Amino acid sequence: MNGTIEAPTIEYALLAPMLVVFGAAIVGVLVEAFAPRYLRSAIHLPLTLLSLAGAFALAVWQALKGVPTKPAAMGAVAVDGPALFIWGTILVLAFVSVLLIKDEEHFVGSAAALPGSAEEEQSLVERAAHTEVYPLLLFAVGGMLLFPAANDLLVAFVALEVMSLPLYLLCGLARRRRLLSQEAAVKYFLLGAFSSAFFLYGTALLYGYAGSVDLAKINLALGSVGGQDTLLYIGAAMLGVGLLFKIGAAPFQAWKPDVYQGSPTPITALMASGTLVAAFGALLRVFWVGLGGLDWDWRPVFYGVAILTMVVGAILAITQTDIKRMLAYSSIAHGGFLLVGVIATGSAAQNTAALSGLLFYLVAYGFTTVGAFAVVTMVRDAGGEAWHLSRWAGLGKRSPLLAGTFAFFLLAFAGIPLTSGFFGKYAVFQAAVSGGALPLVIVGVVASAVAAFFYVRVIVLMFFSDPAADGPSVVLPSRGTAAVVGIAALATVVLGVFPQPLLDLAHSAAQSLFVR
Amino acid sequence: MTTHYLVLSALLFAIGGVGVLVRRNAIVVFMCVELMLNACNLAFVTFARQNGNLDGQLIAFFVMIVAAAEVVIGLAIIVTIFRTRRSASVDDASLLKY
Repeated sequence: MNGTIEAPTIEYALLAPMLVVFGAAIVGVLVEAFAPRYLRSAIHLPLTLLSLAGAFALAVWQALKGVPTKPAAMGAVAVDGPALFIWGTILVLAFVSVLLIKDEEHFVGSAAALPGSAEEEQSLVERAAHTEVYPLLLFAVGGMLLFPAANDLLVAFVALEVMSLPLYLLCGLARRRRLLSQEAAVKYFLLGAFSSAFFLYGTALLYGYAGSVDLAKINLALGSVGGQDTLLYIGAAMLGVGLLFKIGAAPFQAWKPDVYQGSPTPITALMASGTLVAAFGALLRVFWVGLGGLDWDWRPVFYGVAILTMVVGAILAITQTDIKRMLAYSSIAHGGFLLVGVIATGSAAQNTAALSGLLFYLVAYGFTTVGAFAVVTMVRDAGGEAWHLSRWAGLGKRSPLLAGTFAFFLLAFAGIPLTSGFFGKYAVFQAAVSGGALPLVIVGVVASAVAAFFYVRVIVLMFFSDPAADGPSVVLPSRGTAAVVGIAALATVVLGVFPQPLLDLAHSAAQSLFVR
Repeated sequence: MTTHYLVLSALLFAIGGVGVLVRRNAIVVFMCVELMLNACNLAFVTFARQNGNLDGQLIAFFVMIVAAAEVVIGLAIIVTIFRTRRSASVDDASLLKY
């Protein structure tokens, strides 16, 4: 063995956005330890929002200064055009989600108190709150930033865990329907840990194949190492299992409806937007950069997975009676539409078109989904949010503005022109057609039509049926929630009417593709 | 001679994977996941020997730390649901479905 280890050089300036988020998370932990209880929320909220805004500013500054052409930190982290674009997207979506999370009434006062016990009553009387939510959220966001930028599989694994572990905990912290929330946390945790074990074993096999976990070196080894194909194929398949699980692609989609339903709705909003963006970034980097030379082998598999995901997502969504589960299946279907873009590889220009389409789609979908879940938090029954679809009947007559906004989000999910969803789908499908995946696009369009059916069904239910006498009430939103709905609606309109600036930005981010 | 270790690692991984699928107690399921992570570690160390570099051995340390963090989170979640339901069976927690 050659055992000398050189001291690494680390480009701190390039990694600054991530370091700011992680640093703020650690300061948040210290605040939990040292600040008096009544001050904590007052410190956490500005700290969290400022660190996310600061990290966004640093990412923008880096993008303006020029995109590096080499991976940073000894090849471990790649801060390239797509990574900076994805960072900006995640940071904005996380910022918006924090505005939703700051209504602490969504979270349990004391997670350790049994549901229905005297301790729980006591925690409600004392207005106790788990302000740990903020540092946990920052750690999760830090993981989301690192995951799509990870240029070697070990960093990707660590980032995957840093992103997931806080989310497992956050899932179990809902104030109401605590049994559902705890069940969601257990299911998400066990299945998530199971899938990351697959990711890790895949990493081990590829390390055995290539002698390195660096994506560029793995790609080099594809051409030069012979006779070890078993290691390569099983390793690549296991990596794919781990990544597709995080996206919620069929046949690994089973956790998504349960977890989205049981989690506190603001956390669902963060998972549905931020985690999806991060996981797609990582999937693209691993399969385009690390296994780019193997695309003839993985493309047919993704072809099948994309079709299955779109069909399962769209068809199972029709049978749902719960609004959060319906949005979860809609998220699965959107994951399928995005996978269509992952397959559309080819020449460099083709890759740029596919990548910029995907980046635009992720931004458009992220904003719309955060807005939709923000609306869900506002429609309440006596026992908390009204999830059952029958309770939403006639909402349009009771509060036309809210129902109208929600209807608009649903139309954007369906991809109606003049909404951001239309241009997202158009960009991805156009790239797929020019990449020669026409049958896939046909399935995608049919699945979109099926999906449009159940979105429109909800709209019809809200506007053309009579409200129940004891129907849910729409609470007056706090400033944070109102801002989230406003920002999401504005983004959906603006990206639907003037998509060109963001399309250009996505194109220039995708121009240089991923660094190697 | 490293083949034996790789076969052992694959066997451990398979035992863990089957355990996750067939066992009912959340703690045992979780132990099976940990077994899978340890199978990965064995594979990393073996491949480090085979490839003649230290990367695999270093990675094994990272994996141990991640596994330790995972235990903290996992036991917290499982103990919480056990206290609520007086059962750690993954079959009992079935409110979320369809």
